Amino acid sequence: MTDTPKAKKEIKPTKNPMPAQDPLVRARNFSEVATGYTKEMAVDEAKRCMQCKKEPCRQGCPVEVYIPQFIKLVAEGNFPGAVAKLKEKNALPAVCGRVCPQEAQCEKYCTLGKKYEPVGIGRIERFCADWELNSGVTIPEVAPSTGFKVAVVGSGPAGLTCAADLAKLGHKVTVFEALHVAGGVLMYGIPEFRLPKAVVQAEVENLKKLGVEIEVNSVVGKFSTVDELMEEGGFDAVFIGTGAGLPYFMKIPGENLCGVYSANEFLTRTNLMKAYKFPDWDTPIKIGKKVAVLGGGNVAMDGARTALRLGADESWIVYRRSENELPARHEEVEHAHEEGVKFALLTSPVEIVADENGWVKGMKCIKYELGEPDASGRRSPVAIPGSEYVMDVDTVVVAIGQGPNPLVPRTTKGLECNKKGNIVADPATGATSKPGVYAGGDVVTGAATVILAMGAGKVGARSINEYLNSKKA
Amino acid sequence: MFKILEKEVFSPIIKLMVVEAPKVAKSCQAGQFIILRIHEEGERIPLTIADFDRERGTITIVFQEVGKTTVQLGRMEAGDYIKDFVGPLGEATHIEKLGNVLVVGGGVGVAPVHPIARALKEAGNHVIGIIGSRTKDLLFWEDKMRAACSELLVTTDDGSYVRKGFVTDVMKEVIEAKGKENIPLCIAIGPQPMMRACSNLTKEYGIKTIVSLNALMVDGTGMCGCCRVSVGGETKFVCVDGPDFDAHQVDWLELGRRGAYFRAEENKATEHHTCKCGGGK
Ligand SMILES: Cc1cc2nc3c(=O)[nH]c(=O)nc-3n(C[C@H](O)[C@H](O)[C@H](O)COP(=O)(O)OP(=O)(O)OC[C@H]3O[C@@H](n4cnc5c(N)ncnc54)[C@H](O)[C@@H]3O)c2cc1C
Ligand SMILES: Cc1cc2nc3c(=O)[nH]c(=O)nc-3n(C[C@H](O)[C@H](O)[C@H](O)COP(=O)(O)OP(=O)(O)OC[C@H]3O[C@@H](n4cnc5c(N)ncnc54)[C@H](O)[C@@H]3O)c2cc1C
Ligand code: SF4
Ligand code: SF4
Ligand code: FES
Repeated sequence: MTDTPKAKKEIKPTKNPMPAQDPLVRARNFSEVATGYTKEMAVDEAKRCMQCKKEPCRQGCPVEVYIPQFIKLVAEGNFPGAVAKLKEKNALPAVCGRVCPQEAQCEKYCTLGKKYEPVGIGRIERFCADWELNSGVTIPEVAPSTGFKVAVVGSGPAGLTCAADLAKLGHKVTVFEALHVAGGVLMYGIPEFRLPKAVVQAEVENLKKLGVEIEVNSVVGKFSTVDELMEEGGFDAVFIGTGAGLPYFMKIPGENLCGVYSANEFLTRTNLMKAYKFPDWDTPIKIGKKVAVLGGGNVAMDGARTALRLGADESWIVYRRSENELPARHEEVEHAHEEGVKFALLTSPVEIVADENGWVKGMKCIKYELGEPDASGRRSPVAIPGSEYVMDVDTVVVAIGQGPNPLVPRTTKGLECNKKGNIVADPATGATSKPGVYAGGDVVTGAATVILAMGAGKVGARSINEYLNSKKA
Repeated sequence: MFKILEKEVFSPIIKLMVVEAPKVAKSCQAGQFIILRIHEEGERIPLTIADFDRERGTITIVFQEVGKTTVQLGRMEAGDYIKDFVGPLGEATHIEKLGNVLVVGGGVGVAPVHPIARALKEAGNHVIGIIGSRTKDLLFWEDKMRAACSELLVTTDDGSYVRKGFVTDVMKEVIEAKGKENIPLCIAIGPQPMMRACSNLTKEYGIKTIVSLNALMVDGTGMCGCCRVSVGGETKFVCVDGPDFDAHQVDWLELGRRGAYFRAEENKATEHHTCKCGGGK
């Protein structure tokens, strides 16, 4: 028997649409765009699921959430049961339900998707998590103390997940975070209108209830090295989840002009420092009338949509390839279009042009066309000679990618890194070249996704637990 | 939360605070800085570590009130708490034994230059200190600098104390007297125009000069790139690659322009703040 949709019951061909703020209203405010399913919608959507025996959807989920099982519980109206089922595999469902690229993961493999729209797995997941946050979270049992101490460096999804799992096993966990709040990219990068910061902080609070200590304002490699944490700090093992926070620039002339930001600066000022509330909050941001955001990933979409909300008249995505190749989540691209973000595709900047005061007054670009498919199967763009033109912009946000911050690798003896500066760690265990030191998330893989970072945090926790148990013996 | 243990008022706009921050005090070195945030809505601002006491677990900062955050900080008293205080950040100043070293501090720059002078002297150098300020009332730490240096020269722009002249005037006299070949290194810290003037002067003489750049910053850990500056034609991040750089390689024009980018907003913040609290409490 195959899991193809059959006519035995009437199947709604389309997902329950996600209720959302009107595009033109939301394009100017920072409140969450998608407002979430109601109970009725969630139950209705859950009933679209055919409970396929082979669970193809689960293959698409990097942490193998028990998808048919939790959806069944939702269909039955058993929300506490559904949450418990979800959390067996996913510690941050409120986050993943909102930001996972579902169309490339769980929903991509959904049987229903062969003929109709797939089940809205992410939307149901988000509903469950929000339902739990609104009704009071139950904290799982923590095993009796083992006496072991583990340091987690970085409080992004990788670090938070690793810390939660280790704490549940009875280890004493301290998370060291460089910034003044925990959450990593979830706090400083992904905007409020996509992932409310209160949702992230609720998850951080839950972690504290498990006994995890979070020391913010703590830059490892500066106040203490990883070696010192182990030798003097009494930590038996360390998990490194420092992410990929180092912004890349294009290396074209004019990139240090006034009015050129890295996406990290642009988004950090706005999200972490709440520049959109300036001057009630102290950190400023300056935004011109016409903004160009370089890149085509989630970070670029967030930049372009943020620019509109900060008051730009025009916000452009400038991307070298075509629409089909945009690496951003499908929903973000759609939302960007709806909100009025403009797209200059098959276009690449060659120089940023200054006025007499050193402020951006334009950007010289060159047009591309798609050439032969490259090794990755994508048709690679080729510059069209003589197609240069100057785009009329006064602010440029560079969102072409990030690498790992070299601070921890540079200050940790015997920690092997690859050429790009990523920490080398065994994907199956998270073990690095240094005994007792494990790593995972973007610092290992390069910029990836929240759910992959969480998966790596889980793997790291499991290995650290085994390592500690072997020390005991 | 980080407790302010002591406060000293050097002048109506220059203040010192001793802050309890044992984690920072444990490992900091001369030339490094901290970033602080006074309260939840506050901006993250960088300040150099002017002194530290590892046993007491304290960090000393000296700051000049130039805008909203520094003015608000100046109103805080011993016993108050600063919300966030992170460090030590940046690379420590490179200290080695070279012989004669010219250490120049202008204005509030006397504070950051102090631990560097002390470390250089401890490393066996003959440290010639030069400190200067606009006027007598703005001068501080003459005694501490005298102790940290092998010899100390003082000047004021308006001649209200010791002598009249800029630090560069004194530098020139010292270099002429000692011979440029006998001064392998100069370290200059202070307002940008002063550092730039020192740099221009030592460039003429071919004396290697290190300055501590005060670019605008947000995170201070290499994550945002706000602090980037061109040094020798290459982009550097002041917070992680610096703050010390070879003065003769710095693109001063770019640094100055980038530093002024938010001027209009900074003024607005100060106005907004003044309105809200009725002009000062
Ligand atoms: C703007 C933006 C939008 C994104 N959108 C999506 C999306 O929609 N969906 C999706 O799945 N993924 C998205 N991503 C990617 C996703 O956020 C990351 O893959 C994920 O956060 C990586 O998690 P991490 O735990 O490895 O690292 P991070 O989240 O980067 O966290 C690392 C933490 O470590 C801290 N740190 C670094 N160095 C030190 C040190 N020396 N000492 C102490 N602490 C340190 C950092 O301050 C940070 O808090 C987005 C990323 C960005 C930037
Ligand atoms: C590594 C480093 C170390 C520093 N050490 C000290 C110190 O020991 N003592 C001290 O008094 N100041 C120091 N500064 C400067 C200090 O950070 C600024 O004066 C402060 O951020 C101003 O904040 P504000 O809100 O009070 O003023 P704002 O209203 O933000 O600015 C007022 C004026 O100060 C300028 N300014 C703003 N931020 C900076 C900055 N980061 N650097 C230089 N000028 C700035 C603005 O252009 C404006 O003219 C240091 C800066 C750096 C980067
Ligand atoms: S965690 Fe992400 S990929 Fe997995 S089921 Fe949830 S939304 Fe899908
Ligand atoms: S979510 Fe899709 S693939 Fe998974 S069980 Fe339901 S219908 Fe089948
Ligand atoms: S202050 Fe953000 S990178 Fe230097």
